[in-house]
Amino acid sequence: MAQDWVIHAEDLRKVYQMGAVEVNALAGVSCNIRRGEVVAIMGPSGSGKSTLMNILGCLDLPSSGKYVLDGEAVETLSDDQLADIRNRKVGFIFQSFNLLSRTTALANVELPLRYAGLVPNKKEQARAALEAVGLGDRMTHRPTELSGGQQQRVAIARALVNKPAIIMADEPTGNLDSKVGKEILDLLLALNREKGTTLIIVTHDAAIAAQTQRIIHLRDGLVEEMK
Amino acid sequence: MNIAQSIVEALETLNGNKLRSGLTILGIVIGVGAVIAMLAIGQGAQDTITGAISGIGTNLLFVSSGNQLQDVRNPKPLTLGDAQAIADPYAAPDVLAVAPLIQGRADITASGQTMSVSVTGTVPAYFAMQNYSLLEGDFLTQDNLQGNASAVVIGPGVADKLFDRRNGVVGETIRINGQPFRVVGILQSKGGGMFGSQDNQVIVPFTTAQTRLIHRSILNEVDQLFIQVVSAKAVPLATDEVKQILRQRHRTPVGMDDFTVFSQADFLSIATTVTGVFTIFLGGIAGISLLVGGIGIMNIMLVSVTERTREIGLRKALGARRRDILIQFLIESSMLSLIGGLIGILLGWFLGFIVGRIASASGNPFNPAISLNAILLATLFSAAVGLFFGIYPANRAAGLEPVEALRYE
Repeated sequence: MAQDWVIHAEDLRKVYQMGAVEVNALAGVSCNIRRGEVVAIMGPSGSGKSTLMNILGCLDLPSSGKYVLDGEAVETLSDDQLADIRNRKVGFIFQSFNLLSRTTALANVELPLRYAGLVPNKKEQARAALEAVGLGDRMTHRPTELSGGQQQRVAIARALVNKPAIIMADEPTGNLDSKVGKEILDLLLALNREKGTTLIIVTHDAAIAAQTQRIIHLRDGLVEEMK
Repeated sequence: MNIAQSIVEALETLNGNKLRSGLTILGIVIGVGAVIAMLAIGQGAQDTITGAISGIGTNLLFVSSGNQLQDVRNPKPLTLGDAQAIADPYAAPDVLAVAPLIQGRADITASGQTMSVSVTGTVPAYFAMQNYSLLEGDFLTQDNLQGNASAVVIGPGVADKLFDRRNGVVGETIRINGQPFRVVGILQSKGGGMFGSQDNQVIVPFTTAQTRLIHRSILNEVDQLFIQVVSAKAVPLATDEVKQILRQRHRTPVGMDDFTVFSQADFLSIATTVTGVFTIFLGGIAGISLLVGGIGIMNIMLVSVTERTREIGLRKALGARRRDILIQFLIESSMLSLIGGLIGILLGWFLGFIVGRIASASGNPFNPAISLNAILLATLFSAAVGLFFGIYPANRAAGLEPVEALRYE
């Protein structure tokens, strides 16, 4: 049964110490996500959706609770092991693209491969990923020479290049106009259909959430409803 | 992550901020350049001084009155009698010749010019011991010595000052402390030596100096003895012979010599020690500027870490381990200092070259020598500076929490 879940989280809690006050960013979240599923995480600001995404993406560890990502129990891992999990299993897409401005699109896409250790044919894999997002002719351009939509495509290629189990997109269309935003979303959904990559999108936008298979609503650190 | 790739990436990053990287590198360039130049100048000075000492001859002994290592009561001065005893081939078979010396200062005048010079009274053997050669005329002779002659051999500096020429001065008369002396020879220039410039001296017969120019309270007192040994190998033997003779004549208690015998080797080792300390001192001062350059690296790396917090967060999100980030920043700081070190070596070499040219132009041939050791030392030291001052910023970068770093504005 557990093999079906690419993400299996039980009673995740995250407590931040803000001075003398304890803040419960997550107050016991449980959720399961199937391989190949497209899920949206929604909720007002302060509802804990960023915290949830950080924990699901292994950027942060929960204060308590159980989390199994693609068959690996995460909550006991060291920093370096977490880095390794992020590298192999998770692809991140950020609202503000987060590309390295000094290097070319190709080098940006190659970066996760370089942290992966001994990977053969890094350049070819990076090229293939860029071609998959439709930027085959922009490989040697720097991010400043690309439009917002193109930059986000580079970021998607970078997220894809290590063939991760899940892709985490934090407001992927937030910095783009609606037309380009739609193209990016279509690209992500197409990748999900073609490659079966699990896709988790954190968003405010109900129109985007409507195109996913399932929506997890968060409020005050708790799952409010799951559709 | 592959090191060669990391180096290329570090160079690209540094290239992305040319002015800042350039100024940081400049700090190291100046530091390393100063260290290299100072070591080269120190080494050059050492070579020049030891060369000058060796030039006097390696088979000489110098005897002076008094013990320079410990206090001795009532030291007896050296006398002509001591010199004659040492010259006795049966008592000291390894001694070839002895030259007693008496030295003082005197005013000399000629053609209305006056100058104050060092006057040495000695015997003809002294000229051979000192490797003096003549521009014209003759050295003092045995006849001059026995006849209390008013004859003088002058240095080229004296000829320049008094006569404004170096030719045809032989036969002129100069006055030493008001007494007329006939110039019999002019020495060739030897340049500055350990005992001051040898070009501004006059040499007169020992007997003449003793009776008419330099007054000593004790009969036949001499200031120094120059002793020529039969060969360089025999120097230790001759030293013992000389000590034996002087101990007997001065009736000194055991272990309380009231004289000091120096050999050429002693002078060489003293000079090497002195110039070595001098070099370390100069290098140390220059090293401070290298330290300041290192602090510059640390400063700029800290700024860079703060500026690139988001980048560090991103790299961590993409799977960079602590070690990857650490190495990335250490390579950047090492590149800064290594490039600075290489340029600094060139600068140091250039500075040494300039100093050498200036010294040559002012008449003191002097070759700043850049040794391979100095270059290795400077390169290693600058790379170490980069690593050392890079560790703290790199550690700070590597220790950033990915979530915090990604959120950083």
